[in-house]
Amino acid sequence: MATAVQSVERENYLNSNYGIKSWLLTSDHKRIAMLYLISITAMFWIGGFFAMLIRLELLTPAGDLVSSDTYNKLFTMHGIIMVFFFLIPSVPAVIGNFVIPLMIGAKDLAFPRINLLSWYIYMAGAITAIVAMVTGGVDTGWTFYTPFSTTYSNTHVIGAAIGIFIAGFSSIFTGLNFIVTIHRMRAPGMTWRRLPLFCWSNYAAALIMVLGTPVVAITLLLVALERAFNIGVFNPQLGGDPLLFQHLFWFYSHPAVYIMILPGMGVISEIIACFSRKRVFGYEFVALASIAIAVLGFLVWAHHMFVAGISVYAALVFSLLSYLVAIPSAVKVFNWTATLYKGSIRYETPMLYAFGFIGLFTVGGLTGVFLASLGIDVHVTDTYFVVAHFHYVMVGGMVMAYMAGLHFWWPKISGRMYPEAWAKLSALLVFVGFNTTFFPQFILGYMGSPRRYHAYPPEFQVLNVLSTAGASILAVGYVLPMIYFLWSLRYGELAPPNPWNAVGLEWMTPSPPPTHNFDETPIVTWEAYDYEHQPQEEVSVGH
Amino acid sequence: MHNLQDRFHPGSAQEHFDPMSHVVPIRMYVTIWAALMIFTGLTVFAATVELHVFNIVLALLIATIKGTLVALFFMHLRYSTKLTMVTVIAAIFFLFILFGLSMTDYLTRAWLTNTIH
Repeated sequence: MATAVQSVERENYLNSNYGIKSWLLTSDHKRIAMLYLISITAMFWIGGFFAMLIRLELLTPAGDLVSSDTYNKLFTMHGIIMVFFFLIPSVPAVIGNFVIPLMIGAKDLAFPRINLLSWYIYMAGAITAIVAMVTGGVDTGWTFYTPFSTTYSNTHVIGAAIGIFIAGFSSIFTGLNFIVTIHRMRAPGMTWRRLPLFCWSNYAAALIMVLGTPVVAITLLLVALERAFNIGVFNPQLGGDPLLFQHLFWFYSHPAVYIMILPGMGVISEIIACFSRKRVFGYEFVALASIAIAVLGFLVWAHHMFVAGISVYAALVFSLLSYLVAIPSAVKVFNWTATLYKGSIRYETPMLYAFGFIGLFTVGGLTGVFLASLGIDVHVTDTYFVVAHFHYVMVGGMVMAYMAGLHFWWPKISGRMYPEAWAKLSALLVFVGFNTTFFPQFILGYMGSPRRYHAYPPEFQVLNVLSTAGASILAVGYVLPMIYFLWSLRYGELAPPNPWNAVGLEWMTPSPPPTHNFDETPIVTWEAYDYEHQPQEEVSVGH
Repeated sequence: MHNLQDRFHPGSAQEHFDPMSHVVPIRMYVTIWAALMIFTGLTVFAATVELHVFNIVLALLIATIKGTLVALFFMHLRYSTKLTMVTVIAAIFFLFILFGLSMTDYLTRAWLTNTIH
């Protein structure tokens, strides 16, 4: 049987050649995306392991499982790994890498070797950070605030900072590659107004990667230099300013939230349109909202510093500017909702995850508006309210979108279908588990429970137990896809080129795609999401 | 180079793109190098003169001029497409956002304490 299947199976990027060398020296964007998928999945489980220990510690009010120093290291390493080594590369480096060239009708990204180099740099950064963690860990929080990180911490701050510094360049390379590719390698007829929204949002995120990442790289290098040589940039005794670190750090790290969420929003636009059988309502507005979020995202950073001792006048300015980001974000949410209106909705797994995204991102976004207002922020800063807020955006939003995208494009990536019933169960478990984990934290925070402590007063126990119970459901929700995706590689049903009957060039090539993506360069004569007009029949192939 | 060109679809390029097309005479490079050396000397000299707060302003001014020369001539920005120019200007624009909005903090931090006292 196996030989019979192989003989009809045409050559694709997975079977074109074999051996470890053909993967480690590949310049094929699809194979590099797979290298990234394996690496960031490993990082996700390491980061998740730290989260599990945190939740286990918080099961009881007493600090009994780990010491306070170990707890500090656990939440720091959870944050560093999840933010820099999972969330930032997740959608762009895995899904974007795989589908952007396919979506625009190109054979590869503009700089295939730089793409491979970006993965090696990512690995170098990840290994450096992991070595720092294994040899003793770091306890500054993922934000590396001075003067603790520069003067007082006795942990491996320099190693972790250098790891993030190195990984930053991989992010810059990916961003650069996307910008050049989307500008210069679109197929004939693929105008900016016909560009899929996933490309628009990755383009916006790429702009932030290129403009913002050098700032955090230099800032962390300054922390390392200050620790090693006491150069005095952040030390007031030498004429420096500890708050300067927060300005520089958040100048990147707030926009970095949009590096993480924008590509996720792109995934949602694709899925909502496909499973509602409708064009995205107000395509231009959704596209330009991505650019608006990218630009406005650079004007709001000091809302992380309202209680840090910045000028109250600056706080007023930043509070006002922070409200502005809600506008393009709301444009997206309203337009997705309007797309659903009168659509022929199908409840397949990617759509379930996408629904989860819209609801949870809205909760995360709206609580962000609370935090942008000075009065509330002062009350809830450094409480679990903030923890719940950004997990609603990052996990409820971003990880949901990543899972939605993985399920949506898995047939294209692997050439196999996953078991739909199990996948629906996983979407349900993730949604229920996530809310059970993080909703109680809003209440905890509002009641004044501070973050980053390994012990808490007994009256907070019920909510903490709920949260830990939810985390275990969430973990099952994430383990399931890992199992059935691996299972499907061997036993899954063979996927047709277009299992969802979606429009978009990536569905017009076989699953999995051949190494050069398209046998002939496609010519695009229709707009994106032209679900009303069966565009597949209009495909003309030229060159 | 041939392979690189092949990867670009003929219909999609909005502007003609060939990074190797402009040949700059060696004399130009030498002139710019000489100018950079003169400015370096000027920086060293300026550091020996007491100008109070203006020492740093002058040093940054000279450094900016030198950086501009490097970008324009050594990095061929002067002969590049408008899109490349826009890219560089965008980077400078965002640098000004970083400086400008940080200054809303640094320039006004003392205001409230001044009013109270």
